[in-house]
Amino acid sequence: MADPARKLLTIPELQEKARLLRVETLKMTFGAGSGHPGGSFSMAEFLVALYHNRMNISPQNPRDPDRDIFILSKGHCAPGLYAILGDLGFFPKSEFGKLRRFGSLLQGHADRKIPGIEMSTGSLGMGLGYGNGCALAKRIDGRAGRVIVVLGDGELQEGNIWESALTSSHRKLDNVTVIVDANKIQIDGWTKDVKDLGDIAAKFKAFGFWTKNVPGHDMKAILEAFDEADAVKGQPQCLVMDTQKGHGVSFMVGKPEFHGRALTKDEMVKAMAELGEKWTPEVAA
Amino acid sequence: MAAGSAGSVPHGWKLGDKVSIRDGYGKGLLEVGRTHADVVALDADLAESTRSHWFAKEYPHRFYQMGISEQDMVVTAAGLAHMGKTPFASSFAIFLQRGWEQVRNCVARQKLNVKFCGSHGGLMTGQDGSSAHSLEDIGVFRTLPHMGVVAPCDAVEAASAVLAMYLRPGPAYMRSTRAAAPVLFDSDYEFQWGKGHVLQDGSDAAIIANGPQVQEALIAAKDLKAKGLSVRVIAMASVKPIDRTLIAKAGRETGYVVSAEDHFIHNGLGSAVAECLAGEGVAAKLWRVGVQDGFTQSGDPKDLYRHYGVDAQAIGQVVQGLRNNSLRAPLAPHDLPGYTPGSAPPA
Repeated sequence: MADPARKLLTIPELQEKARLLRVETLKMTFGAGSGHPGGSFSMAEFLVALYHNRMNISPQNPRDPDRDIFILSKGHCAPGLYAILGDLGFFPKSEFGKLRRFGSLLQGHADRKIPGIEMSTGSLGMGLGYGNGCALAKRIDGRAGRVIVVLGDGELQEGNIWESALTSSHRKLDNVTVIVDANKIQIDGWTKDVKDLGDIAAKFKAFGFWTKNVPGHDMKAILEAFDEADAVKGQPQCLVMDTQKGHGVSFMVGKPEFHGRALTKDEMVKAMAELGEKWTPEVAA
Repeated sequence: MAAGSAGSVPHGWKLGDKVSIRDGYGKGLLEVGRTHADVVALDADLAESTRSHWFAKEYPHRFYQMGISEQDMVVTAAGLAHMGKTPFASSFAIFLQRGWEQVRNCVARQKLNVKFCGSHGGLMTGQDGSSAHSLEDIGVFRTLPHMGVVAPCDAVEAASAVLAMYLRPGPAYMRSTRAAAPVLFDSDYEFQWGKGHVLQDGSDAAIIANGPQVQEALIAAKDLKAKGLSVRVIAMASVKPIDRTLIAKAGRETGYVVSAEDHFIHNGLGSAVAECLAGEGVAAKLWRVGVQDGFTQSGDPKDLYRHYGVDAQAIGQVVQGLRNNSLRAPLAPHDLPGYTPGSAPPA
């Protein structure tokens, strides 16, 4: 996955990228008046680690057949992904301010029409099977590159995921890496109350995956986990990221309400201050 | 080869031979697999029944047995298409609907090149009964943007339609059936999207049919001829896009149009014909022959066709009734006075 000649960011640099992802996500969703900031925040660390230090992708050649393929199966958390893709130059950052607006590029959920997006998502449960399909095509054509699929933990309640997990292991797709963003909250509350997922790693292990539990906001641990998964041969891998929904802004952590709503003006002032960003409603207007 | 046509498939079938429509799919898939390396096929544990196993045997490295997992089959096919493959995914028509939302959100919305074949469509599936009688597949696929929908009437048309599915960019759905059916088209016949075929001309009424109902319509027209009625029979495999010109012409010239299909009367060919006549402003009387709004039962296909009123005899009666104004709508149970949900449909 990693290009040896590539200049990698240091851990402090990656942490700064994660902070900026949170800032842009809040600004985007505040501007739109809706969106899903909480689940974008739980992904922030592993997304920037993947995009800046591990994946082989290029805005100049976004359809390179040897590229790594990233699939955001939990497509409602698109703003966090858009923040990275804009930063990397897949589209102008000026699009951020038009999220969810009529006629704009950035759709409410991840959309394949947007440069850098490999799959239109928004309906849960379909990303892993789609990723398997991409991996099978790479196998027929003898192409390099991994397929990375990000699933939500609540999303694992979809049966389609487990049909696809059987396919990943039955076909020994060792170029498929699943990342579960285990932030423990879904729309109607805590996943353990809605429908408990139990031991997620144990479930994927039983389905034939190599698995690892990872502290999902620890940049060093995340990078090491990617390298370990990369070295696995003969079976797909699953990294279960232990994350917090809303991580990075104290009053958003552990609050199901921030799954699917933008912040109010007062909340924005507080959140931006916590993120070390100067922001006033007047600037945003 | 004419512009826009798909070409024919070498098969050796002759007019009048009894060949199952699913064999047409199998032969067509084999041919398109031979000529195009990007073609891959998937099935959900019914490869022999759908006839995709012929492709599997010839091109094992391009065939994926997905097990009893239709939703997974649909999204895996979508991923393959995203990377430039042209997947053909098959199962029983009824079970493909298990993955309908995946077809909608993952395939059609992204306009991916995934081609579906739902085999064992309609009452023709017979003894397996109500759970297996797919009577809504044409409707649920027809409603999706970008989706081409075809219901061939014989194996020759099915084989040629596979090539046409390949050549038309975007998703498509074919319905096939299991029972052996007479070959109605010459071996050089080429299916074209949005093109119907007048199999027999006539001026007193027009029957627009697809699937096994084309053969039923031909029998009905023959019987009606003996009664002094000249009936036009149009084979309309291409439900979406549909041949608006040919349908409007039939309505204008005969004044009486009967659609016939092995499908619920809602949302299938009959609905498409109604939309077409209304959209073109044609003042013609229309009756839709199909299964009324109720679930079905096990039985020999012949008995089922008789009981649910979709055989040659029923079509003939409808043509006569429409012409002499003796048909009385509504027929759907929920429209009948005194109907209560759950009650048996009228015999």
